[in-house]
Amino acid sequence: MEHYDAIVIGGGLVGSAIAYGLARAGQKAALLDEGDVAFRASRGNFGLVWVQSKGDGAPHYQRWTRQSADEWPALAEELLTKTGIAVGHHRPGGLHLCLDEAELATRHAMMERMRTQSGNFGFDYRMLDRSELAELLPGLGPTVVGASWTPYDGHANPLNLLHALHKGFVEKGGRYIPNSTVTEASAASGDFRIRAGGGEIGAAKIVLAAGLGNAALAPHFGLSAPVKPLKGQILVTERAREMLPLPLTTIRQTAEGTIMLGDSQEDAGFDTSQRPAVMQTIARRAVLAFPWLRDLQIVRAWAALRVMPPDGLPIYDQSERFPGAFTANCHSGVTLAGAHANLFAPMVAAGMLDPALEPFSARRLDVPAAV
Amino acid sequence: MFRPRSETRRPTVSVTVEGRPIAVPVGASAAAAVLAAGFDSIRETAGGSERMPYCMMGVCFDCLAEIDDVPNRQSCMVEVRDGMRICRQIGARRIHRAAG
Repeated sequence: MEHYDAIVIGGGLVGSAIAYGLARAGQKAALLDEGDVAFRASRGNFGLVWVQSKGDGAPHYQRWTRQSADEWPALAEELLTKTGIAVGHHRPGGLHLCLDEAELATRHAMMERMRTQSGNFGFDYRMLDRSELAELLPGLGPTVVGASWTPYDGHANPLNLLHALHKGFVEKGGRYIPNSTVTEASAASGDFRIRAGGGEIGAAKIVLAAGLGNAALAPHFGLSAPVKPLKGQILVTERAREMLPLPLTTIRQTAEGTIMLGDSQEDAGFDTSQRPAVMQTIARRAVLAFPWLRDLQIVRAWAALRVMPPDGLPIYDQSERFPGAFTANCHSGVTLAGAHANLFAPMVAAGMLDPALEPFSARRLDVPAAV
Repeated sequence: MFRPRSETRRPTVSVTVEGRPIAVPVGASAAAAVLAAGFDSIRETAGGSERMPYCMMGVCFDCLAEIDDVPNRQSCMVEVRDGMRICRQIGARRIHRAAG
C-alpha cells in the first residue's frame, strides 16, 4: 500500500487548490479525482472572484473571501511562472446592477451593514447612480437605476485555473489519480486508508473536498458536511469586442470576448437538465441591463450544481474523533482558490486549523430544528 | 483545392465571397461557397490566426463569416441564396449599442 502525508479526495477546484498548496508545502500528497461520473461544479461555474455580496451577517466569511481575493494575484502569478498557464485573473472591481429604486435601496442597506460588520478590517464600497454608471458602461438599459461597486471583485478563467492547479500539483511532486471513486474508507487518527479506483492508499492526513460527495463521505471520518445541490444555468454568447470593462454579478465578458450570463438558482436535486423558462429569464434580465445583448447569438448553454451548505457559508473542520481528517465545502471554488491554496493548505500541512476558521465548523449547524 | 463533383448538375445561385462573384449549387452552404471560391481562410481569430471552414457541421466555429452584414455567422450552417454577400470575419464582432 502506498503511503502519503496527505490524501485529498476531490479533484475539482477546492481539492486541487488544497492539494497544490500541500505539495508546495513539501507534503507528499495524492489527489483522487472521481471522473466524468462526478457532477463537476468546477467545470460549470461562472468564473467570478467575487467579494461584494459575501458574508452579510457573517463577517468571518466576508473576511475569508476578502483574504482569498487578496491572495489571488500572487496565486495567478505563481501558477503562470510554475506551469506556463495564464489563468486570466483580472481585478478591476465589480458591479451589482439594480433595476429599480427598491432594489437599489435594499442593496445600499446591505452594503452599509457589511461595512459596519467589517469593523477595523474595512469594507470599501460605493453606490453609483445612473449617470456615473452610464459613463462606465455605455449602452445601459433604461431601467437600470444604479449599482454597488467594490474594488475587491474580479474574475478569471476557471478551466485554466483547474488545469494550472492540476499541472502545478504534479510538478510539485503530487500524485494525481484519475477515475478513482472512493469505494471504501477506514479511519483511525493519523492512519487513514482509502480504497479507490481498484487500489488502496494510506495517509496520516486526509482532506475531504469531494463537493456534493462530501455529504456521504464525511460521516466515515467523524465529520459532517450536509451539502446539497443548487442548480445554476449559464448562457454564453458569441465573442464580441470589449463591451464590459468590469464584471457584474450576473454578466461578465471573458478575456476572449464571450459574454457569460448566469446566476439562476434552482433547488432541483441532482437534476442537471436545462430549462428553457429559466434560460429565458436569464436572457430577459440581461437584455434589460444591456439592450445591445439582444443582437448577440447564444452559442453555448449549460446547467451545473453548486455545492451548497445549509446556510450558504463554507464548512471547514478537522475531525475531533479522528484528528488528521479535514473537510472543505463551499460553493465558491473559484473565489476561494486563493485562500484554499495559500491559507487553508498550510493549516492542513501543520495539522491544525487556524482559530479564525472556528466559526466555519459544521458544529454551527447542530441546532435542533424548531417545531 | 475543392471543386464540385462532376455529376452535380444542380441549378446554381450567384453569391460573392469577399466581393468575388461565384456560382454555387442551390442548397450549398456559405462555407462551401468559400471553399469553392478558392479562399484559404475566411476569418481571423481574436488572436490574429487565419481560419477556414473545417468541420462543416456546426461544431468548430472556424467558418465564422460576416454574411449579409451579420457578423459571426457559422457559414457551414447557412444555405446560400442568390445575391448573398459573404465576407471575412476579423476578430471578435463589433456591437452597435444605442445610447441608453
